[in-house]
Amino acid sequence: MRSLIISLQSEFYKSRKTLAFWAAILLPLVICGLITVGFYTNAEKVIRLNYPPNALWGVYSGTALGIMGMLILPFYVIFMAFSVNNIEHKNDTWKTLFAQPLNKFSIYAAKYLYAVLLIFLSLLLFAVLTLAFGNLLHVLNNKLRFNEFSALEMLSKLYFKLFLSALGILSVQFIISLIWGDFLKPMGIGFIGVIMGIIVASKGWEYAYFIPYSHPTLALMGVKGKDAQELLTREIYSSLIYAAVFFLIGYFIVAKKSVK
Amino acid sequence: MSELVIETKGLTHYFGAQKVVDNLSLQVKKGSIYGFLGPNGAGKTTSIKILLNLLKSPADTVFLFGKEINTHRIESLKRLGALVEQPAIYGHLSGKENLINRCILLNLKKSKAAELLKLVGLTEAANKKTADYSLGMKQRLGIALALLADPELLLLDEPTNGLDPNGIIEIRNLLIDLATNHGKTVLVSSHLLSEIEKMATHVGIINKGKLLFQGTIEELHNLSKPTLEIETSNPEGATLLLTENGYVLTASGSQKLTLLFNSSEESAQINALLVTNGYQVSSISPVRKNLEHLFLDITKNN
Repeated sequence: MRSLIISLQSEFYKSRKTLAFWAAILLPLVICGLITVGFYTNAEKVIRLNYPPNALWGVYSGTALGIMGMLILPFYVIFMAFSVNNIEHKNDTWKTLFAQPLNKFSIYAAKYLYAVLLIFLSLLLFAVLTLAFGNLLHVLNNKLRFNEFSALEMLSKLYFKLFLSALGILSVQFIISLIWGDFLKPMGIGFIGVIMGIIVASKGWEYAYFIPYSHPTLALMGVKGKDAQELLTREIYSSLIYAAVFFLIGYFIVAKKSVK
Repeated sequence: MSELVIETKGLTHYFGAQKVVDNLSLQVKKGSIYGFLGPNGAGKTTSIKILLNLLKSPADTVFLFGKEINTHRIESLKRLGALVEQPAIYGHLSGKENLINRCILLNLKKSKAAELLKLVGLTEAANKKTADYSLGMKQRLGIALALLADPELLLLDEPTNGLDPNGIIEIRNLLIDLATNHGKTVLVSSHLLSEIEKMATHVGIINKGKLLFQGTIEELHNLSKPTLEIETSNPEGATLLLTENGYVLTASGSQKLTLLFNSSEESAQINALLVTNGYQVSSISPVRKNLEHLFLDITKNN
């Protein structure tokens, strides 16, 4: 346990100056900021439509969720899986990392966990900033009645669901990035996966939940349907199973692998 | 018998079908500086990676501090520091940050980083990104990383690679100091015999994965038998005279005669014999075969 914490600390220390780390903070800030600016400048149009407060929140947060869930989240996860591994590939540091007196599982698990934490942080910021900026919009223009409905529960549930739905992609991409040191393979495979995921999910293929790349889209689509309130839907279970299985496979690869 | 810090017993390692380490039996004694010599591609780096358990070794073939490596991996790694091939450092971090990162992993005080930077002469470049370091600076940082935990055993793969002559001397003196005054054991690989000769107490010569020689530096010297070289005015006549008197010549040229050197007394007798018979001897001296040639001989014959 101690070596896991040490490794995690080191992961943070190593990457705190890299884009991978800052992307987790900048991405929600920029997207939520832009949407808020757009909402503010188009306030008259929105006010004319006279949404009830809960629908207003729905329209407002739906913009970020839509972009995020469909496209940005899967790509962001692919990028995270790539960058935590690439930092070692690029500097040829796998050999020193595995020559430290730490057990191999801790080193591997810390890397994985670090990617999970950054994705969590990013989605948490999305939820927090959506809430904060929504309320800010009301302060700036009190005809936007964001204050009359609390979106806290809805947003935290949605973003948490998105977080869970992303873990399957993370584990699959993590292994790909662990094995191959180049940029093209993980990105290429990831890109094809995401496009395929979006297509099968939006076409409503009944076995779409078998493809991890479709999980974020499915998770968001389900929200509009009848099981809107349910957190652990079929695709979430599928994502968690993928995550667990591929995490373990990754560990066996690391344990058996000779570091050349 | 003194304690063995590194011991391998009939270690063999394959890359695919290619045998890169062949029945290697290293014995490195505590407190020694073991020069691990061999031409490029001889299997030095592979052997070091096996000692670090980066490459898998069969059970009961590799022992560090008397313990089997596969079953005592973490315990062994705690007691050693290593530099393998090009120093592995994070280019986007500064030299100091690289050391601090290692301090975190080894659970050491962060003040150790500044101490080591001073030791390897990188204090001024401490806050510079290592991607902008020269090869020599990277090498120094690599050595600092290896020394950080104050380990009992150092495994250094070509540590003076890319260093200028001054840097080479500094590192050499540092290693000698670590071994003689602090009781550390150092295994240092190189393809340059001249470099090893200046610091090693023991030598292992490897070629094509096989250990061709292992012993003290004196034992290596003794392998090459010294000869006596004589320059004289009339080599043909001198050759005849010496053969008649029962001396065996190993070579004779237009100016020089060469025979096996046994003792200085014998050299004096030969000199007297030649002079009393009217031959002018302009020089007579024992010659020890250059180690460099010996090294080439040993690695060539296999």
